[in-house]
Amino acid sequence: MALQAIFLLVSAFTLLMALGAVLARNLFHAALFLVGAFFGVSVLYFLLEAEFLAIAQIIIYIGAIATLIVFAIMLSRGMMGPEAGQHNRYAPFAALALFFLFLLVAWLFNIARFEYSEQAVAPDAIAQIGRAFVTTYVVPFEVASILLVVALIGAIMLARERTS
Amino acid sequence: MTIPLTWYLILSAALFAIGLFGVLARRNAIAILIGVELMLNAVNVNILAFWRYIRPDDPSGQVFAIIVLTVAAAEAAVGLALFISIYRTRRSINVDHLDALKG
Repeated sequence: MALQAIFLLVSAFTLLMALGAVLARNLFHAALFLVGAFFGVSVLYFLLEAEFLAIAQIIIYIGAIATLIVFAIMLSRGMMGPEAGQHNRYAPFAALALFFLFLLVAWLFNIARFEYSEQAVAPDAIAQIGRAFVTTYVVPFEVASILLVVALIGAIMLARERTS
Repeated sequence: MTIPLTWYLILSAALFAIGLFGVLARRNAIAILIGVELMLNAVNVNILAFWRYIRPDDPSGQVFAIIVLTVAAAEAAVGLALFISIYRTRRSINVDHLDALKG
């Protein structure tokens, strides 16, 4: 019961923060709400006993991506004005359509029946991830590292000042 | 394990819908990127919930989530670099003004 109460609190917090991130008029506030949503999701990962992902979520999403977004907002000044976070004229239709999408998906999840496993998470789950990355998933692992290098070089090339 | 799997799935559906609303309804490119990040988070919650409740003995679910995390980081870096580059030439990252490729 305590777990359920924690889950409900954390998910309400996460959803409120996510709503703030997409509705805030000030873009800087939106970025701060986004940090809150990331933090709530990381607590959910702890509840799911995926500790490695929870820590990685805090380091990568809050430590890197949110910081990057805040820097991009500050570098593109003038977008921080009160009209910065405006929504386009399709916003009410999008909200309505997505509300129905949510209802549909929630209904589908409600009627779906899954084969639950009663097994507990192995105590060496993190070691298992490490082993999987150098055996079964070595190719995706290498591809991901190449992707990161390409993204790094590409981002520098795109964002550098062209003075010629 | 007293939290039903369905709760996680419904939470991630709501998070995904909110993120998609941000992508569809925002005019600022950075705000659109914020929506994309929320959607990727919703996907990861879904993956990890299925991993925990259906195959907790197999690390594949977590490996998948880590790959999604990596791609999200690369996407954020390249996306923000693009926006800064666009801002430098157009002095605006309002996506309504970015219609140079419009036929």
